Amino acid sequence: MEAFKKIKTIVTPLDQINVDTDQIVPKQFLKLIQKSGFGKYLFYDWRYDENENQKQDFVLNDKKYQNSKILVTGENFGCGSSREHAVWALQDYGFLVIIAPSFADIFYSNCFKNGILPIKLEEKMVEKLKHESGELEVDLENQLLKTKTEEIPFEISPYQKIILLEGLDEIAQTLQLEDKISEFEKHSKIPSVL
Amino acid sequence: MGKTLFEKIWDAHVVIEKENNPSLIYVDRHLVHEVTSPQAFEGLRLNNRTVRRPDLTIATMDHNVPTKDRGLPILDQTSAIQIHTLEKNCKEFGIQLFDMNSPNQGIVHVIGPQLGITLPGTTIVCGDSHTSTHGAFGALAFGIGTSEVEHVLASQTLWMEKPKSFEIRVEGKRKNPHAVTAKDIIMSIIKNIGTAGGAGTIVEYSGQGVSDLSMEQRMTICNMSIEGGARAGLIAPDEKTFDYLRNRKYTPKNYESLVEYWRENLKTESDAKFDKTFTLRIDNIAPQVSWGTNPSMTCDVTEHVPFPEDYSKGDQNQKKSAERALEYMDLKSGTPITEIKIDRVFIGSCTNARLEDLVEASKVIKGQKVAKNVQAMVVPGSQMVKKEAEELGIDKIFIDANFEWRESGCSMCLGMNPDILSPGERCASTSNRNFEGRQGVGGRTHLVSPVMAAAAALEGHFVDVRQLDWD
Repeated sequence: MEAFKKIKTIVTPLDQINVDTDQIVPKQFLKLIQKSGFGKYLFYDWRYDENENQKQDFVLNDKKYQNSKILVTGENFGCGSSREHAVWALQDYGFLVIIAPSFADIFYSNCFKNGILPIKLEEKMVEKLKHESGELEVDLENQLLKTKTEEIPFEISPYQKIILLEGLDEIAQTLQLEDKISEFEKHSKIPSVL
Repeated sequence: MGKTLFEKIWDAHVVIEKENNPSLIYVDRHLVHEVTSPQAFEGLRLNNRTVRRPDLTIATMDHNVPTKDRGLPILDQTSAIQIHTLEKNCKEFGIQLFDMNSPNQGIVHVIGPQLGITLPGTTIVCGDSHTSTHGAFGALAFGIGTSEVEHVLASQTLWMEKPKSFEIRVEGKRKNPHAVTAKDIIMSIIKNIGTAGGAGTIVEYSGQGVSDLSMEQRMTICNMSIEGGARAGLIAPDEKTFDYLRNRKYTPKNYESLVEYWRENLKTESDAKFDKTFTLRIDNIAPQVSWGTNPSMTCDVTEHVPFPEDYSKGDQNQKKSAERALEYMDLKSGTPITEIKIDRVFIGSCTNARLEDLVEASKVIKGQKVAKNVQAMVVPGSQMVKKEAEELGIDKIFIDANFEWRESGCSMCLGMNPDILSPGERCASTSNRNFEGRQGVGGRTHLVSPVMAAAAALEGHFVDVRQLDWD
C-alpha cells in the first residue's frame, strides 16, 4: 500500500445522507476478480443514464471537480453491503479522503486497508466544508484540515494513522506474531469444522 | 461488574491486547463465497502465503449462481469466471467447497447453521455484511471486507477495536404470531433506531419476544442487525439453540460437553451494563412494509405513505432523503400502503428463505392463484431447504399457485445473477435491502415478511395479512 501524503485539492460535495455501498459501486460490477479499474464504475447509476450518457445533474460529472481528491458527504456514508469494491472504486477514481459526520463500520475499516483516509467531523463543520470554494489541505501527520481561513483538527486512532502514513502491510505485521497465535490455538476449546 | 455475552466471547478470543490499540482477535470459523474472495486469494499468491487453517474455512457459491438450468453452462461470462475462480482457489489452498452441484450448496448464512458449522460462543466472519445472521446462535459473527478476508485466510485473526454493546429488549407477546413475524419485529426495531442506530456496537437481543422465537426466526432478527448499523447481533443460546445444532453434518463429536459449557457460560450476567439500550413492545405491532430506499423507511401496513416533513421530524437532511426516496419509488404521500400495486414477488434471501418461511408463506397461498400481471418466485435459501420443502409438498403449493420454484442462491436479493427487476418494476420482497437499484437498475423494492409477500402476490397489491382467512 502506498504511504499517505499531504493532499491539497478542492472538495467534491455529495449532499446526501446514508449513501450505501450499492450506490458507490452497483452489483453488476462485483463480478470482476481483480482489484483495479473500478473507478469507472463509481456511482455508476447516478453518473450515467440508461444509454450510458453522463447525467448532467450529478456532481461528479461537473468538470470543476475533476481533479478533486476529497469527497465531503452526509452521515452514515458507506452503509449496507461489506463490498470493498466500493473503496477500490473511490480510490481508483481518485478520492483519497472522505469527510462525513459518520461512517458505516465495515466501510470505515475497509478504507484504511486501501490508503483512503476517512475523517469524521461534526455535522456543522461538514456542512461548512461542503461550501468551501477554495482548496482544502489534508495533513494527516498533524491531524489538521486547512482552508484559506482556518485550521480544523480531526481525530484518528494512532494505529490507523501509522498504517496510512507508513503504508504498512498489515498481514506481514500480523504474521510476525505467529508464536502468539499458535499459543492461543493450543488453548482453544473450539473444534475444527472437518 | 458482570460481563455481557458479547464481552465474554470477545475476551475469550483476544490473542493480543494493547492499550489504545485494536486487539488481535482469533477467528473460529471463516465462510468464503465467490464475490468477495478472488482478490484475497490473489493477494496470498502474490505474497507467497498459504491459508493458515483450511480446516476452519468453508466455501460455497451463492451470490452469483443461476437459480435455474443449473445443468447448462453459465451464460454470463464474468459470472462463470468468478465461479470457476473460487473452484480453482479452493482446490489450490485446500478449502472445502460446496459447489453448485453439492447438496450442501446454498446461501452461506443459511448453510452454516444447517450444517452445524455455526456454533455458540464462536467468532465467525465472512466477506458479507449479513454474517450477523449467525449471531442467532450466540456466536460473535460479522461481515468483513476483502482485505480482512485475506488477513483471516493468512493468519486466522483480525485486528479490531472493541465495539460498544447495545441491548435491544423485545418485550411482550404478539397476538397473531403467524401474521406478525420476526421480520416485522426487526423492521420495527430499525424503523425506531434508524439505519445507523447500532453503528459501532454489537447488539444483544433479549426479552420474551426473542426467547419465544424459533431458531429460524431468530436468524431473521440477527440477519438485519446490519440494516440498523450494527456489525453483529447476538442472542444468548438456550435449549432451542442446542437442539437445533444437535446431529447436524458437522456437529462436533464432543457436542454434549460443549453444550454443558455453553449452558453455564454463554449469557449476560445480571449486573452487566450495556453502553446503550432500547426496548420494543410487540403486543400490538402490525405487519411492516418499507416505502423508501433504506430499511428504516418503513411503516405499518395499515398506514399511509408518509409526508417527508412528518418522517423527518424537523431534520432537513432526513427530509431531503425522504423526498428523494419517494421520487425514486414513484409514491405519493398519503397513499394507503394497501393501495400500492406490485409487479413482482420475491420470496428468498438470507433473511427469509428458510423452511419455516416457505411453509408459512405456502399456507397463505394454498389453493389460490397469483394475481394476473404479477410474476412471483420462490428461491429457497439452500438445496437442503429446497429438498425438505419438496418432501413436505411445499413446492407443489407454490407451483400450483403460479409461483416459480427455483434452485438456491442469493438471487434477486441483490440481482447479481439473471434474477433482476426491470426499470420501474415494483417488488414485494422478503429480502433485507430496499436501496436504489438493489434488485435491478430502476427497480422498486418493498421489504416485507414471507406471509405479507405471499398475500401481496395473490391480491396484486399489499394487504394486511391478518385479515386474510388462512392457517
